Amino acid sequence: MNGFKWIVATLLLCCQAAAAGNTLLIRNALVHTMTDAGTLPAADILIRDGRIAELGNHLRAPADSTELDAAGRPVTPALFAGITALGLNEIDMVWPSVDSAVTQVGSPPMRPEFNVVSAYNPHSSPIPITRIEGFGYSLLGAMAGGSIIGGQGRTVVLDGGYRSFVGEPVLFIALGESASTLAGGSRAAQWMVLEQAIAESESTPRHGDHTLLTREGRAALHAFQRSGTVVFSAHRASDILQVIAFAERHGLRAVIEGGAEAWMVADALAEAQVPVLLDPLQNLPDSFDMLGARLDNAARLHAAGVTVSFSGAGTHHARKQRQLAGVAAANGLGPEAALAALTRNPAEIFGFPGGRLERGAPADLVIWSGDPLELVESAEQVILGGRLQPMRSRQTELRDRYLPTATSLPRAYTH
Amino acid sequence: MLKQACAALLLLGASGTLQAESAFPSTYTPLISAPTLLRNATLLTGEGQRLEQTDLLLENGRIAWVGNGDVPPGTREIDASGRWITPGLIDVHSHLGVYPSPSVDAHQDGNEMSDPVTANIWAEHSIWPQDPGFGKALAGGVTALQILPGSANLFGGRGVTLKNVYSTSYQGMKFPAAPHGLKMACGENPKRVYGQRNKLPSTRMGNVAHYRAEWIAAQDYIDRWARYEAQLAAGDEEATAPLRDLKLETLAGVLQGEIIVHMHCYRADEMMTILALAEEFEYRIGTFHHAVEAYKIADELAQQQVCGALWADWWGFKMEAYDGIQENIALVDRPPGGCAIVHSDSPEGIQRLNQEAAKAMGKGRRAGMDIAPEHAIAWITSNAARSLGIEHMTGSLTPGKMADVVVWSDNPFSIYSKADLVFIDGALLYDRKDPARQPVSDFELGQLQEVQP
Repeated sequence: MNGFKWIVATLLLCCQAAAAGNTLLIRNALVHTMTDAGTLPAADILIRDGRIAELGNHLRAPADSTELDAAGRPVTPALFAGITALGLNEIDMVWPSVDSAVTQVGSPPMRPEFNVVSAYNPHSSPIPITRIEGFGYSLLGAMAGGSIIGGQGRTVVLDGGYRSFVGEPVLFIALGESASTLAGGSRAAQWMVLEQAIAESESTPRHGDHTLLTREGRAALHAFQRSGTVVFSAHRASDILQVIAFAERHGLRAVIEGGAEAWMVADALAEAQVPVLLDPLQNLPDSFDMLGARLDNAARLHAAGVTVSFSGAGTHHARKQRQLAGVAAANGLGPEAALAALTRNPAEIFGFPGGRLERGAPADLVIWSGDPLELVESAEQVILGGRLQPMRSRQTELRDRYLPTATSLPRAYTH
Repeated sequence: MLKQACAALLLLGASGTLQAESAFPSTYTPLISAPTLLRNATLLTGEGQRLEQTDLLLENGRIAWVGNGDVPPGTREIDASGRWITPGLIDVHSHLGVYPSPSVDAHQDGNEMSDPVTANIWAEHSIWPQDPGFGKALAGGVTALQILPGSANLFGGRGVTLKNVYSTSYQGMKFPAAPHGLKMACGENPKRVYGQRNKLPSTRMGNVAHYRAEWIAAQDYIDRWARYEAQLAAGDEEATAPLRDLKLETLAGVLQGEIIVHMHCYRADEMMTILALAEEFEYRIGTFHHAVEAYKIADELAQQQVCGALWADWWGFKMEAYDGIQENIALVDRPPGGCAIVHSDSPEGIQRLNQEAAKAMGKGRRAGMDIAPEHAIAWITSNAARSLGIEHMTGSLTPGKMADVVVWSDNPFSIYSKADLVFIDGALLYDRKDPARQPVSDFELGQLQEVQP
């Protein structure tokens, strides 16, 4: 159903990038390639038509190129902002401005066909606010509203385009304590209704059956049973093992979101090749699902061979992902693996181009003032699709309005 | 009027707030500890200095000297070469214990959402001392913290300042001789909570009308007690004491200057209204909390000596938080006398006040403000102590103050830095390398039996 839409979106993205057309040469950068090439000191990056044309030392500048001197500063791929409602949520508590969940649309109750992509608004203020901090991508999440199946989302490039969607469609399912009220009060019922939904998706209900799914919902869920990516929110180790078995049974590519106790089943996750998007700041037993929460969760998972990325800072504070990565780095993961968890790993997990700096890759990158994991440092320049992004947001405008100590006119005239 | 009130207040001493403040006294006693010499560290004193390769002696629970001095026999020496030392961090806005982990319904003890005026409630009576969050905050270098009630109410109730030590009762954590605080709230929260019930306040103007009515009642309460005291003084043996009213007692304590007002407020215009309200009723605002728009009125706050307890980067979660910017802390700090504080309001944030300060320092610098680590450390130490009225006891590495001290592995504003050692009143209560010096709450004990970490 959505296949055509994705193709159209991809085509539009190509054309948009091609329209950029110009050539940009970044000189003298410490390039974190996130590939086997490792980190290159004093390297140049040549960008043409929205892609990296060349990467190396002392590149020759083409005649028409704009040069940018990085002065030895670090360059990384644009970062992944985690699962958010960027473009779907202007203000959390202003409910009409929030489009990330479907709650009541009558029966049947489960709506896997609900897809947040159609609500995406690239002009929403959290997007530039996040982008200028070095972020290029986010997975738009369908939050659990009326049932434990939240619906579908997709990765978006934060370049302000209306259709900048990349990568695969993703289905969201919430499990455990926090989803308890959405499935009869027992996590056993969560599996019961999920199995029921899967069974429905594989057959046509008889007239008069009480179904969980609409016809469109059956088709949507069925589509995921051919290696579709499904994000399961779960913390407890025993729930995570159930996810692995369920995904195996039904041909899903499972991703764990949350995973406070994932380290306890790290080997099983590694063997099943199930990645984990975790919040490395979670070290408190916030619920009985999270008694095992600890600061070195990411480090332990990585050591066991699990692909790790981060999520949990939310929509407005998505820029906090950098702190999540830094804390993981400082607690055993190390800076390189932490950077990979913000770049290469999410691109691999959700199947979008990006996350690496190499020839032919999209020119989505960031020049930093210093170590990108240090909170005193900042993104100096964000480049998406080869284009220098304006380093402005509603927040920098407010800053610049109130930075002068005195103004002759009321500050409403400073703009 | 002010003079009259003051005279009345002096008379009131034995009956009004002092009566309340002697209730539920602190039973905290510092642990006995040997003198400790921390050698050769980089010190951020909390009062603006950065001292390289400097020694520091902790003795009898106090900071004995900085630099050079006598080393008593039996002193334990710790080589802190390459490491940094700061005063113990202080969080002026925490709900640890009143919204503890795990955050199950049975633990939601932080907001008495049954009346917009609950100045009679004391947050300390909700504190669960077994909250695992206290130990995690300790590992983040926090040695003192104020626990506040939530912000549903115009007058939320009294806060309490704690030493960050585990104890069976909260009284064993209570910071000795710390003044009481009163949590108040502006804006969306009170009007939403009570507006939904078709009750005053349902608007911001309702908020202000209600504050004024309560302050008038508090003035009357003070007058009643003053009349009674005067009758007693005149030898009137028939005089009967007014009935104690715990709400008005708290409000009277504010009008008397004995209880510090901690005012939850987001918008600049509302903070200005509150400053005018304080002028009308002749009391002081100690600190605006959250204050995401404090940068718009930084000069006014500095002039009136009001602190801003702020987040480094929170915004957008509700309408009144829409204008939050990351330079807020640096801008509140900028004018002479500016009092900026990094607060957490979060069991996660309290573990990383140094990282929050690093964010604010970085953004301030990018906006052209020259902010050194020795300056920014005040945001999480001495300025926080000032906000709580305990600056004469803790908050800086000053001889004679409590030996509340953190040894950091590195520059505390680095993401890679960790608190290696945390001393409270000279006692080593956290050692990152020694599990025997890491607290484990009753709740955490014995969980996850089958797991080998």
